[in-house]
Amino acid sequence: MIPSRGNGEGALPARLPLRGVRRSGAGIRTWIGLVPFLLFAIAFMIAPAGSLLVGSFQGPQGGFSLTSFGRLLRPAILRSYLLTIEVSLVTALGGGLFGFLIAVGVTIGGLPRWVRTFLTTFSGVASNFAGVPLAFAFVATLGRVGLVTVLVKFLFGISLYDSGFNLYSFWGLSLTYLYFQLPLMILVMTPALDGMRREWSEACENLGASRRQYWQYVAFPILLPSLLSAVILLFGNAFGAYATAYALTGGLLNLVPILIGAQIRGDVLHDPSLGYALAVGMIVVMTLSILGYNVLQRRAVRWLS
Amino acid sequence: MKKSRWWSWLWMVLGGLYFFLPLAATFLFSLRAKKGVTSFAAYIHVLSDPQFVKTFTFSVEMAALTIVAALALIVPTAVWVHVRFPRVKPLVETIALLPFVIPPIVLVFGLISLYSRPPLPIVSSPVLLIAGYVVLSLPYVFRSVDTGLRAIDLRTLVEAAQSLGSRAPTTLLRVVIPNLRAALLSAAFLTFSIVVGELTLAVMLAWPAFGPYMAQVGRNLAYEPAALSVISFLLTWGSIALMSVLTRGRGIRGTAAGGAH
Repeated sequence: MIPSRGNGEGALPARLPLRGVRRSGAGIRTWIGLVPFLLFAIAFMIAPAGSLLVGSFQGPQGGFSLTSFGRLLRPAILRSYLLTIEVSLVTALGGGLFGFLIAVGVTIGGLPRWVRTFLTTFSGVASNFAGVPLAFAFVATLGRVGLVTVLVKFLFGISLYDSGFNLYSFWGLSLTYLYFQLPLMILVMTPALDGMRREWSEACENLGASRRQYWQYVAFPILLPSLLSAVILLFGNAFGAYATAYALTGGLLNLVPILIGAQIRGDVLHDPSLGYALAVGMIVVMTLSILGYNVLQRRAVRWLS
Repeated sequence: MKKSRWWSWLWMVLGGLYFFLPLAATFLFSLRAKKGVTSFAAYIHVLSDPQFVKTFTFSVEMAALTIVAALALIVPTAVWVHVRFPRVKPLVETIALLPFVIPPIVLVFGLISLYSRPPLPIVSSPVLLIAGYVVLSLPYVFRSVDTGLRAIDLRTLVEAAQSLGSRAPTTLLRVVIPNLRAALLSAAFLTFSIVVGELTLAVMLAWPAFGPYMAQVGRNLAYEPAALSVISFLLTWGSIALMSVLTRGRGIRGTAAGGAH
């Protein structure tokens, strides 16, 4: 790492490189090393996204048109977006809350060290254990003949499915998503919680504050940006998920990713440009959430580093 | 303090139950393929299925090619940025995070719409699948390599190599990469665990990969999917465990988060 003395001084340095480019051409040579990476990014990320964007602006008879975005407001499509946002919100908030409580336990909650080591490794595995195998695991657990379903019936005589539970529904899907959301929260929050200094809590105790007051006036405000940014990350994580939902519900739930998948397979919307607009809408939501994440993360770093 | 520890244990145990129950249930479920007896019949059935061998081999090959391609693309770029062009780092970082903004289903939609017509109709070429996988693993590989580079005094190493007369490719292969071994291996394991069971890209680009195979088994059979799920979990566990052994104490923590859901 080079000390960034010259870089960190506000608006001025931004102009220096340009001058360098004009004078000697050394700037161009410096860019050459980036060409493969930039070409790759353009060819396989930016251009495909651009192609969707162009497609979404195409009218029914070709030519420029905004109508496909208007059609996003159709009740069926709007419901699909709402459902996706609901699943993402519920799993981001649920996973966020429980993940946070568990992360607190292993960092400043006084649990033994080995619990933490085990939990971190396990979270790494679980946050990657998604898609088809995850869906299978939940079918084997809470499906109609899943072991827990059968066990609950055997032990308590309660039929989960008769009392309104269904794995292939909103709540079932959310419960399944939690399996990768919760560990992600734990992984993201542990470094932030490690930054909480013991002195802060001791200072509070010395000044006569209760545990509750410490959390309410000191710890929580400090952690809030990290917490919010982590929840946003979880939101995006669920919002873009396709494989798990596809393998679990097989397309029963009209999530936006499922709808896009069906559109790719065979124009189920009978409207190619609406399909493109759906995809562009997803990119917009994801971009907004990542931007929010970045802004809040920068705030979080102010206190915890 | 005592009360807070009790509180911590409570959430830990609840979380542990939530994590453990599906795994245990899946494993037990996978043993019930033969009525009335506990057996590994489902595993034997799956493992002896020629389709299993074929699709799994295919996915492992794709994972290997993805790892090679991703490292070949990202390592020189990251080294270049660190040594010659630190100013451009925010731009490269932003690009490396783009895959978070483009979910796999949208990515594959874009790839299909762009590459299924001239001038570059490569939609049925494995190149497109591998390129897509490189995109999926880009944030993790970049982050891993970047953290690895930060942990060593790259500039001094490169200058020392140059002053001893080493050319750039030699410096990269014989000085930089050996110093990055742990970071590169951990990136490779993570990429492996992302690619091997991947469904979205493989199914949309119509490849006979392991992910689509699992989905198909799930539609037709009852106990075999549970067996496949256990096998996948062990695979993921293996790659991530190896990864965290490699990165322990090197400050490369936290790169394990995520994947393609």
